[in-house]
Amino acid sequence: MKKIIDFTVRDNRRLNKDMFLLTLHSEELPEMKPGQFVNVRIDNSPHTFLRRPISVHDIDMNNGLLYLLVKIAGEGTEHLSQIRVNEKLNILLPLGNGFTMPDTGKHLLIGGGVGVAPILFLAKEMNRKGLSPIVLVGCRTKEDIVLQETFGNYCRLLHTTEDGSYGETGYPTQHSVLAENFDGIYCCGPEAMMKAVARYATQKNIECEVSLENMMACGLGACLCCVTETKEGNKCVCTEGSVFNIKDLTWQI
Amino acid sequence: MYGRFRIQYKGFNMADLKLNLNGLKLKNPVMTASGTFGYGLEFQDFVDLNKLGAFIVKGTTINQREGNPYPRMSETPSGMLNAVGLQNKGVDYFIENIYPLLKDINSNVIVNVSGATISDYIATAEKINDLNHIPAIELNISCPNVKEGGMAFGTNVCSAAEVVAAVRKVYNKHLMVKLSPNVTDIRAIATAVETAGADSVSLINTLMGMAVNVKTRKPVLSTVTGGLSGACVKPVALRMVWQVASVVKIPVVGLGGIMNAEDALEFLMAGANAIQIGTANFIDPTITMKVIEGINAYLDENGFTSVKEIVGIINQA
Repeated sequence: MKKIIDFTVRDNRRLNKDMFLLTLHSEELPEMKPGQFVNVRIDNSPHTFLRRPISVHDIDMNNGLLYLLVKIAGEGTEHLSQIRVNEKLNILLPLGNGFTMPDTGKHLLIGGGVGVAPILFLAKEMNRKGLSPIVLVGCRTKEDIVLQETFGNYCRLLHTTEDGSYGETGYPTQHSVLAENFDGIYCCGPEAMMKAVARYATQKNIECEVSLENMMACGLGACLCCVTETKEGNKCVCTEGSVFNIKDLTWQI
Repeated sequence: MYGRFRIQYKGFNMADLKLNLNGLKLKNPVMTASGTFGYGLEFQDFVDLNKLGAFIVKGTTINQREGNPYPRMSETPSGMLNAVGLQNKGVDYFIENIYPLLKDINSNVIVNVSGATISDYIATAEKINDLNHIPAIELNISCPNVKEGGMAFGTNVCSAAEVVAAVRKVYNKHLMVKLSPNVTDIRAIATAVETAGADSVSLINTLMGMAVNVKTRKPVLSTVTGGLSGACVKPVALRMVWQVASVVKIPVVGLGGIMNAEDALEFLMAGANAIQIGTANFIDPTITMKVIEGINAYLDENGFTSVKEIVGIINQA
């Protein structure tokens, strides 16, 4: 069941020039799956009319904590970055279908930029199930890499940077780990990166899920604004995604 | 003096929110606008559908429509542009798969009907006429996002009257006609559809607008233009509702930028008999319930016994 909850801000930590981590508390925190997202209302921001969809970065059910990793992309997220401890945040959740959780196998999780947000929750859940996920993070430069230690607790963590300042140089699809064999790939990041990953997965015949982030209004499947083209026609990213198997999409790859 | 007398009874009686919209009985004046509330079912976690005056399910056409390509939406200051383009699975899908889920809801389920040709409108209306638990249709002659139809009918006095008269012949329940604001004089269109047999009019549909992405130097929407809705359109909508209410005898359903109970009261006072809530559902899925409570509280606090007493009250001397 979907809920609207007023969360209390417990922490707002700036991670680099444009990313921040929010720790939010509510006694009513519902169960959520990796890959699901929330729709955040941003008050008192004159040009922010609609809610902002943001991936679930992590949850702590025992303590009622929801973690959101956010990148400043415009006025709405800029305003959100200024929120202070003890302020309230009105959130609609949980939304979206989430990633398919495998029972066995070797899995590669790829996050590009702020696309790492849902990857932590996924890696943590896979780790809890006894799987040993490999997480590959792609960034432009070393300063964009965040929360390395947190990720390191749950997976084998690898990096690429476009300028070679950390990890291997280039894009995630150029990383040497891709020479290994995988049973599944899970990916979230810029569309160009996800398409490159989808191309690799298709060539290698590996199951691959991607999380899309189309612009949306309601998050409930009512407004039909966020659709993506699939082999079965237009589907709502908010309710029929945001996670899609690449076989269902009509990407030219 | 009469007003003061009633104030003495404040708190003893709940105000009466019921109304009769030219034969369509509503338990309160709050409806949801087509295209903003899905089939209602999407909002069941937040709204008791039985408590709504009516809800209008999304635009339905004779055949399935995929709608326009993405991007279909652009946020604007205090509003949004959309160019969904009437994506829906067609009237037969609605009848087979959705209607059974809606028919036992104790509210008025109204189907918004759209078409590219008059025969499309007729065929869809005929099929919905056979559904016992659908007491009304809202004829959409005002969608700005489909090339071949919709708004083309609603922006011309003759074609608006023609399509309404044609549907009137085959549809014998309540016929609400949704008007376009993208016209020079909405009163002329409203009068024409009234004469052609409409039982009520609803207004406004979205205002045609556009947005440009200066980074890509391209239009934001795949269709270049789209329909503007949200808080920003309220003054325009309110003006048109007031204009139309002053020239037609049939009931007027007001919509456009209603974000809270006070906005809804403005429309009622300007002459709307009932209101629809649209884009606000996206920001607060519980907004319809809050507006019903807010209207009720206002009537109680100000000594009105029925919502009918405030309809068009601004025109009273």
